[in-house]
Amino acid sequence: MNPLASIPSAPPPAMSEGVFALVLALLLIAPLAIAGVALLNTGLGRSRSAAHALLGNLAVVAVAAMVFALIGATLTGSLPGASGSAGFSFHAAGKSWNWLGSGSFQLAGMGNAAPQAQLAVLFEFLSVAMAVLLPWGSGADRFRLAAGCATAVILSAIVFPLAAHWIWAGGWLASLGVNFSLGAGFLDMGGAATVHALGGLSALAVVWIAGPRRGKFPKEGLSTAMPGHNAAYVLFGCMLASVGWLAWNAAGAILWLRAPLAALPLTAINTLLSASAAIVATLILTRVRFGKPDASLCANGWLAGLVASSACAAIATPAETIFVGAVAGIFTPLLVELLELALSVDDPSGAVTVHGAAGLWGLFAAGLFAPQPGQLLAQLVGIAALLGVILPLVYLLFALLNRVVPFRVDPDGERMGMDLHELGGGAYPEFVIHRDESYR
Amino acid sequence: MKYAGLLVMPAGFFLTLAALALFPQSPQRVAFVVCGLAVEGLGLVIAVRGHMLPRGANHP
Repeated sequence: MNPLASIPSAPPPAMSEGVFALVLALLLIAPLAIAGVALLNTGLGRSRSAAHALLGNLAVVAVAAMVFALIGATLTGSLPGASGSAGFSFHAAGKSWNWLGSGSFQLAGMGNAAPQAQLAVLFEFLSVAMAVLLPWGSGADRFRLAAGCATAVILSAIVFPLAAHWIWAGGWLASLGVNFSLGAGFLDMGGAATVHALGGLSALAVVWIAGPRRGKFPKEGLSTAMPGHNAAYVLFGCMLASVGWLAWNAAGAILWLRAPLAALPLTAINTLLSASAAIVATLILTRVRFGKPDASLCANGWLAGLVASSACAAIATPAETIFVGAVAGIFTPLLVELLELALSVDDPSGAVTVHGAAGLWGLFAAGLFAPQPGQLLAQLVGIAALLGVILPLVYLLFALLNRVVPFRVDPDGERMGMDLHELGGGAYPEFVIHRDESYR
Repeated sequence: MKYAGLLVMPAGFFLTLAALALFPQSPQRVAFVVCGLAVEGLGLVIAVRGHMLPRGANHP
């Protein structure tokens, strides 16, 4: 406890000790989702970059946590500052547009803050940790560790706080309901926008700037298949992520939707239903298209279902959630194929599709199935903000960063493998590492 | 091309904001928000095309 910390001028609604303990317990389980995604990132890359991928997962999370504590949490504004300021606003069309937070500097007074504010900050820490993992996975096999950490700095200091303030900390998107009678304002209970869409769009920026892996798109013919090196990591990562996701969505429903405890079992069931419908849809689709189900695409389908549920698990009915998951499961393999074969996007972890596209779809579906009138329009405005502001902003910042800290490893390093080049040792020292030519 | 696309996307976003500020009635507001999203989609298509590798180029 900090005895010098001031009392916030506008405390959030009171939360009972029991609910506080429950949400805290849920948030302590939620990092399993991060662990699951880290395993997926590693398994979907090549064996000669496995240690680099897993170490990078830890490094970017560590950097993001520190930068968010030092800078990002202040700009998010979930923890009221000494002045009790609600953030930076401007007035247009007779309305107040709150666009940036001004919370407590470096988490000062966290121990004295209202329970709900403390849990909100913890939720945001986990969210920023997940968000920075997604571009790291997409840049696998050519993205330098220093560049990965530098992108984590930018995301956790600037981009994530901006989006999190708009959506979770009383920003203009959260106020769409009050200011413009659009439902309950933009709804994002589990981070479909702030974590997954933001991370997926950042992944797209990384893939565009870093370029494809060497030999991925040869001069002639189709793109070269570079399958993930460990399907067991990938599928176990999905199982691990599911446990974390159940806790994540339940905690988000209480924190951001003020859902009663009685709504939590249905939220958990909907989370599982969305993932289940998605994997079944992907399984059938890949079976029909390729003759056999594809393990990595099915894993991506499962994860896309979980991502879509992050927006609507506490809002939709079970039947509607099955529909949401099934749609995510159908478009995931198709979009992965389109990005790779037609659009020259080399995304080893599939984050652009699985987190970016499925996150946006989940947000749209939340508006479609929410009972409040005007909710769909609020969700569309939020999606427009993600595509129209966050993607260009991330791309601009990453392009500038690339001039200072080059994203891409040199050709020799890529040929050698990221493990040997950047770490000096491989993840599997007794295994034979395949050369590029073996993929052809 | 790639930068042009990324510049068009914020233009779509401002169209969406303008819809909120200028049209209190629902039908026009919905139409303008959808138009804003369409402009963003156009910008995304341009950005994607700008980043596509040309056929026959010396790829990494």
